[in-house]
Amino acid sequence: MTVPMESSISFANVGRTRWWQRSIFASQATYVTFALLLLLVVMHFASPFFFTEGNMQNVAKNFSFIAIATLGVTFVIITGGIDLSVGSMMCFSAMITSMVMSGLSTPDMPGASLFVHLAADGKTVVANVPGLIMLVSVLAGLGAALIVGLINGFCIAVLGLSPFVTTLGMLSIVRGLAYVVSNGRGSFPGGPDADYFYALTSGVLFGMPAPFIYLMILALVMAVVLHHTAFGRHVFALGGNEKAAELTGIPVVRVKIQVYVVCALAAGLQGIIISGWLGSAPANMATSYELNVIAAAVIGGANLAGGIGGPLGAIVGCVLLEVIRNGLVLAQVNSYWQQTLVGVIIILAVLVDRIRSRMI
Amino acid sequence: MITAVAAGQPVLELTGISKEFGAIRALHGMDMQIFPGEVVGLMGDNGAGKSTLVKIIAGNFAPSRGEIRFEGKTVHFHRPVDAREVGIEVVYQDLALADNLTAAANVFLGRELKRKFGPFYFLDHKAMAARALELFGELRSETRPHHLVKQMSGGQRQAVAIARTRLSNAKLVMMDEPTAAISVRQVEQVLSLIHRLKEQGVAVMLISHRMPDVFAVCDRVVVMRRGEKRADKPIRDTSPEEVTALITGAKEAA
Repeated sequence: MTVPMESSISFANVGRTRWWQRSIFASQATYVTFALLLLLVVMHFASPFFFTEGNMQNVAKNFSFIAIATLGVTFVIITGGIDLSVGSMMCFSAMITSMVMSGLSTPDMPGASLFVHLAADGKTVVANVPGLIMLVSVLAGLGAALIVGLINGFCIAVLGLSPFVTTLGMLSIVRGLAYVVSNGRGSFPGGPDADYFYALTSGVLFGMPAPFIYLMILALVMAVVLHHTAFGRHVFALGGNEKAAELTGIPVVRVKIQVYVVCALAAGLQGIIISGWLGSAPANMATSYELNVIAAAVIGGANLAGGIGGPLGAIVGCVLLEVIRNGLVLAQVNSYWQQTLVGVIIILAVLVDRIRSRMI
Repeated sequence: MITAVAAGQPVLELTGISKEFGAIRALHGMDMQIFPGEVVGLMGDNGAGKSTLVKIIAGNFAPSRGEIRFEGKTVHFHRPVDAREVGIEVVYQDLALADNLTAAANVFLGRELKRKFGPFYFLDHKAMAARALELFGELRSETRPHHLVKQMSGGQRQAVAIARTRLSNAKLVMMDEPTAAISVRQVEQVLSLIHRLKEQGVAVMLISHRMPDVFAVCDRVVVMRRGEKRADKPIRDTSPEEVTALITGAKEAA
């Protein structure tokens, strides 16, 4: 039955895909990267302070503050969904983390005796196991994100609600919960482990801002997962043709729930990192960040119709937004222009993508 | 070559299959047998119940009444995967391809080849591309495994969808209008593929509107009308004229 390979197939009628339709050139992320490089050159001439080490560190840190959440939302966007609750999720996770951390570090609180005791002077609080409180509180924050992600995923994948409406509702629910648990006052990561917490969230590791390092690791993991695992393949298939995915036996419900959980966890982690940098978790933290996050993903080439996107694009989108923000300040342009410019860039990015896909 | 008589046991046997959607009776008391290595043409006008029947066999939904026996054993399919597990493959009319993935990725969708690396499993891109190329070769289709389906012609898409059924050792392949949207030359290719499936003892059910295709490859034709089976006879005992009459209702049954 099996026909010998050499005689079986000739590609006489089928040309190879042209170079500009292949590999990196077929991706919007590449075009946006070029735009970014161009912008960097322009910035270099616009301001002598742009390419200083301090400013570069600043840029790296600032874009890392939305980029991890953008990675998460990119997963959801590739499946053809959307998650509007990321901004609220950041706040809620950060709030749970700092409240648990403060709570466990107060000796009279229930359960706190497991974690802390008073020093001999009767005032200083000492951790029983250094770092344990931080670990538990970060896990609590991520646990809250996990639950919200599961609820999002359940409503969308099992109940069949629209992702837009579900996560719009969740945006409000989670923000409301953040106000409820904190009574609107916000909270502060405190106690004996606070120093570790600040070091790991806003500190500098190997000469780079810690969030930047986390971002790089997560982006690398995401690239491998998307392109070299069955899960990643299913995520793309879901965005390309959901019906086909179902007919070919892909566990559609499970994959959908998984992407919303991943997205919520990324937002939660992002929120915890931001609270370390702010030194607090105010109840209005990260308000409307979901728009920045989605904008960054779209600029980086994630297609809201599903099926296209990746970590490189997500990061480049975030960098572009941050460079514009940073650059406008350095160039002494009224910073209120920033939002207008971001909007223009979103539309331009989508326009370039449309023109390019017509050419194919 | 296995003949229907020599095979003895039918690969698929339907008894009294009925399906109602609310007040609509889509299928009524459908009996049917398919033997290994047999090509059966399923014909009927729109709304005759062909698609419903295919979907029931493929596990998309359960029949309201009746029994499905596969290789002698009663089976109940809850999902399409269940049907695939016992050896029923379907080539859907809209082909069920993900445009944003490559041909090889589509062929292996849902059953990717993986390599173990420590505790993790990663896609084995090379093995999948090689196997896909081999399958396209068998189908005589000029399709490159790493090209995106988005950029492919109708015939190439068809090849990708059919290549999928060749991955597993399917015992029954159902094709829903495989020749509806492709060129004359590609129709020849699809029909010759059906012949090859037959040679291997695979049972094929061809759902088609194209009379010439059915008469070119099928051993037997089943005609449906208004949810019921109106005819089931060897192709040599019938004619396109009779089948047309049965489909339109000019002739009630044969």
